[in-house]
Amino acid sequence: MNIVVCIKQVPDTWSEKKLDPADNTLDRVATDPVLNEMDEYAVEEALRLKEAHGGEVTVLCMGPETAADTIRKALSMGADKAIHVLDDGLHGTDGVGTSLALAKALGTTEFDLVLLGSESSDARMSVVPAMLAERLECPQLTFAKEVVVDGSTVRIKRVTDEGFQTVEGELPAVVSVVEKLNEPRYPSFKGIMAAKKKPVATLSLDDLGLAAGEVGLAGAWSAVESFELAPARSAGTVVTDEGNGAVALADFLAARKFI
Amino acid sequence: MAEVLVLVDHVDGEVKKVTLELLTLARRVGEPGAVLVAEGLDAAAVDAAAVRLGEFGAARVYVVSGAELTSHLVAPVAEALAQIVGQVAPMAVLVAANEDGKEVAGRLAIKIGSGIITDATDVSVHGDGLAAEQPVFGGSTVVRSQVTHGTPIIAIRPNSTAPEAAPGAGEQVPVSVVVSAAARGARITERVVEEKGERPELSEAAIVVSGGRGVGSGENFSVIEALADSLGAAVGASRAATDAGWYPHQHQVGQTGKTVSPQLYVAAGISGAIQHRAGMQTSKTIVAINKDPEAPIFELVDFGVVGDLHKVVPALTAEVAKRKA
Ligand SMILES: Cc1cc2nc3c(=O)[nH]c(=O)nc-3n(C[C@H](O)[C@H](O)[C@H](O)COP(=O)(O)OP(=O)(O)OC[C@H]3O[C@@H](n4cnc5c(N)ncnc54)[C@H](O)[C@@H]3O)c2cc1C
Ligand SMILES: Nc1ncnc2c1ncn2[C@@H]1O[C@H](COP(=O)(O)O)[C@@H](O)[C@H]1O
Repeated sequence: MNIVVCIKQVPDTWSEKKLDPADNTLDRVATDPVLNEMDEYAVEEALRLKEAHGGEVTVLCMGPETAADTIRKALSMGADKAIHVLDDGLHGTDGVGTSLALAKALGTTEFDLVLLGSESSDARMSVVPAMLAERLECPQLTFAKEVVVDGSTVRIKRVTDEGFQTVEGELPAVVSVVEKLNEPRYPSFKGIMAAKKKPVATLSLDDLGLAAGEVGLAGAWSAVESFELAPARSAGTVVTDEGNGAVALADFLAARKFI
Repeated sequence: MAEVLVLVDHVDGEVKKVTLELLTLARRVGEPGAVLVAEGLDAAAVDAAAVRLGEFGAARVYVVSGAELTSHLVAPVAEALAQIVGQVAPMAVLVAANEDGKEVAGRLAIKIGSGIITDATDVSVHGDGLAAEQPVFGGSTVVRSQVTHGTPIIAIRPNSTAPEAAPGAGEQVPVSVVVSAAARGARITERVVEEKGERPELSEAAIVVSGGRGVGSGENFSVIEALADSLGAAVGASRAATDAGWYPHQHQVGQTGKTVSPQLYVAAGISGAIQHRAGMQTSKTIVAINKDPEAPIFELVDFGVVGDLHKVVPALTAEVAKRKA
């Protein structure tokens, strides 16, 4: 079974994220880039499925030069090879454009299963997997907390507002995962060494048959007009409980009319 | 007046609060038309839903009938919406920013060639289009965005607006949809609904009381529940608490759980990890109880108590009961 895992490079979750006033896009220079945490779970799941069913795991990442480190991390976890979609024309691409570029890149390879995280920690849209399924005309099985491949059928448990659903479809399929389904492995020393020799194919917009206006900031179908920093929360009061903490808290809640 | 389509969230015909919020927002920028996927509803349930939608301003209610609209994941509803968009050429489409809503929106965007904005908290008229407001980066930045291509598709975060009634005609317009084979790729074979109880729904509640690892066990969550009940609140939990099996996962607040924005958020025994903050940071008032004075949650609070939650929370519950009596 050939699995492609879509991975995104995002700012470290703890770093302070800022927009660049020059063009209202994420200031990626100001932050430490890392592999989107949720995508680590997708990589782990792909490796486990490969261990059970055989085949190859390819990681697919659209991102700037620095995304090479993110790709290296996934390869050192055990993925076999990588596709890096890299082009200056991609700067400022929105979810619609991302799904287009990923779909085109998937067109250059063979796959039975596409795995994604269910959300990137910076954009937090949770739409790329559904958009990709729409474009590829593949079954969409998203927000999986459990993934089982049984012959040519994939079955997931989908996390919902009220509980969960069991959803099934035929391969090839698009599956997005939540962080409940496994515990991602740490790259071993051997894995880190091996990753240095694994093949990474770099694809430009030209290679994907995309014109500059179809993606990137100019091709985006939504635009940030302006932004402002929310007023900083004024520092609150913190008291130490010496038997009166609950009363003090109740006084505060009463003053704010909650009781 | 230009029509704004609102995708209705309902359970067996009972319209959810978030839909009433969407209708309220839609009215500020145009004339709301509600899209009700009515598969499995009888005529009486459809009528009742249409009346309710009318009360909150729906001029028309598109009653979508057809087979296999809800037995398969997301794609059939996106197809139905695309068909209606083609028929009525609305000025915008609003959906609730929950899992299904956002995915329907994403697929619709590709189908009709339109831009999409997710997790908006407000919309307004801007030129001859719409502008949406979105809090991003955990609420530290507020962005004003516009869809620049096609019909704006905007996913609105629940609890962003208070629903206000204002009568609309609620005229029923039947729409029949034939779901394509391609949209029937992912079949839902089982739905498990966890016990909900009497408490308000997490994403809709005005007050949320959440417990984390500090609560210590599943049994101890009764302390959190008691405080929640005294305040009429919903119960939330950190991932540490849901992963430990102390509380069901659909109560998880945070990046991979629910995003809540209540008037009051109470965090007990929660450290305030960035992934937890992502789901509660835009709450109006934040209160925490934690025994560690260095816990990052205290950076966010309006009022914090450094202390043992097993003492402070029950004492607070008693104090609330006393003052409410
Ligand atoms: C991809 C990903 C997604 C995630 N999504 C989420 C998410 O959606 N929601 C979420 O919550 N987390 C999420 N996390 C996990 C997050 O990083 C934290 O691990 C988690 O929030 C910690 O939960 P906690 O605060 O309850 O536990 P801890 O961090 O262990 O904190 C427990 C706190 O309780 C206090 N305490 C202990 N005993 C007492 C007592 N008797 N009285 C008072 N205080 C006490 C301690 O001082 C401590 O501050 C995610 C992580 C990843 C990697
Ligand atoms: N630039 C990208 N390159 C590869 N995968 C991506 C990219 N952007 C998003 N994804 C995938 O889509 C998922 C959901 O992202 P989002 O819709 O932005 O929340 C992520 O977890 C990734 O798996």
